[in-house]
Amino acid sequence: MDTDQLIRTLAADNAYHSRPVGLALMLALLAAAPVSLLIFFAELGVRPDVMTAMHNPFFDLKFAVTVALAASAIAVSLHLSRPEASLRGFGWWLLIPAGILVAAISGEMMMPQRTPMMTRLIGKNSMTCMSAIPAMSLPLLAGALYGLRQGAPSRPAAAGAIAGMLSAGLAATIYASHCTDDSPLFVATWYTLATAIVATVGAFAGRRVLRY
Amino acid sequence: MREREDEWTGLMRSAISGDDAAYHRLLEAITPVLRAAARRGLARAGQPVDQSEDIVQDILLAVHLKRQTWDANAPFAPWLFAIARNKLIDALRRRGRRIFVNIDDFAETLPGEAPEPTASASEVTAQLQTLPPRQRDVLQSIAVDSASIKDTAAKFSMSEGAVRVALHRGLASLTAKLRDR
Repeated sequence: MDTDQLIRTLAADNAYHSRPVGLALMLALLAAAPVSLLIFFAELGVRPDVMTAMHNPFFDLKFAVTVALAASAIAVSLHLSRPEASLRGFGWWLLIPAGILVAAISGEMMMPQRTPMMTRLIGKNSMTCMSAIPAMSLPLLAGALYGLRQGAPSRPAAAGAIAGMLSAGLAATIYASHCTDDSPLFVATWYTLATAIVATVGAFAGRRVLRY
Repeated sequence: MREREDEWTGLMRSAISGDDAAYHRLLEAITPVLRAAARRGLARAGQPVDQSEDIVQDILLAVHLKRQTWDANAPFAPWLFAIARNKLIDALRRRGRRIFVNIDDFAETLPGEAPEPTASASEVTAQLQTLPPRQRDVLQSIAVDSASIKDTAAKFSMSEGAVRVALHRGLASLTAKLRDR
């Protein structure tokens, strides 16, 4: 097939419109979310004292951090799905959840505490946290990568890592309602580690599946 | 150069709002620029420049299938050159070269540069043969026999909708095969 013939063929297909990346990502995440919720309700469930916990600002702050992570990572993923985009100028979005976390840690430092710092940091659920967040993230990551395949990222590994962060942010939002460790020190340690694991998986997967 | 790129942006906007002729003109207008850049890239990597047409076709397919990632409020050229650069790097890497591709390869087609002759491309043609029969027939009818969608539908007793679907799926799987080979 010579190039003029190819051009004619492409022009004949002009009427076809692919889904915008944002819509594709949203639909894929909606399709994947029930799987993660199923894992959550089958294995973990909401903590029994959730009604009282809601009055603890540090319980609520966990959601602020995880939702901020998910939202900023979604914004960065959509940006990176354009071929001419780079992380420069957009990567700082990911500092928003980190900023909230730093503010929460300083807030907690200034309050009188009954338990020592290391106890709060290590908490009771670190191993559950480290396994539950990645496990609930995987269906979401698969969905996110599927949706982002509509895009054309110049750096597929970076785009995959950000997709991992957005999945971990969503999974951690669900997980936070189970976990009884509310100290921002716990969140900064274990949630971050869990997110790093998922981001690494996302980077490797993205390198394979997000190439166009 | 500026005017040329503004013209591309205008053509692409018309194409997206359904003007097939504008799309055809746009693809014809960018092809010589892509070809010159592909030749420069191959030459710098010490590769035979007669493979440039495969790279040009690779880029055109990616442009086509990734159109939805172009922001209609942004200029078209930076988007196009980003795709082209990506595909050129891929192609050179596949040939065993890691090479820095200069953005100027794309941005600088000197006005008055002699148009390069259309070289032959073999990769798309080879992959075409591996497509499911229906997709292959539709693609061949439109590409090689230059039949319209309507004529193709009549020829294979398909609906026009089915021809459009087979055409798009064929182009998408062709691209996937070229990428994963």
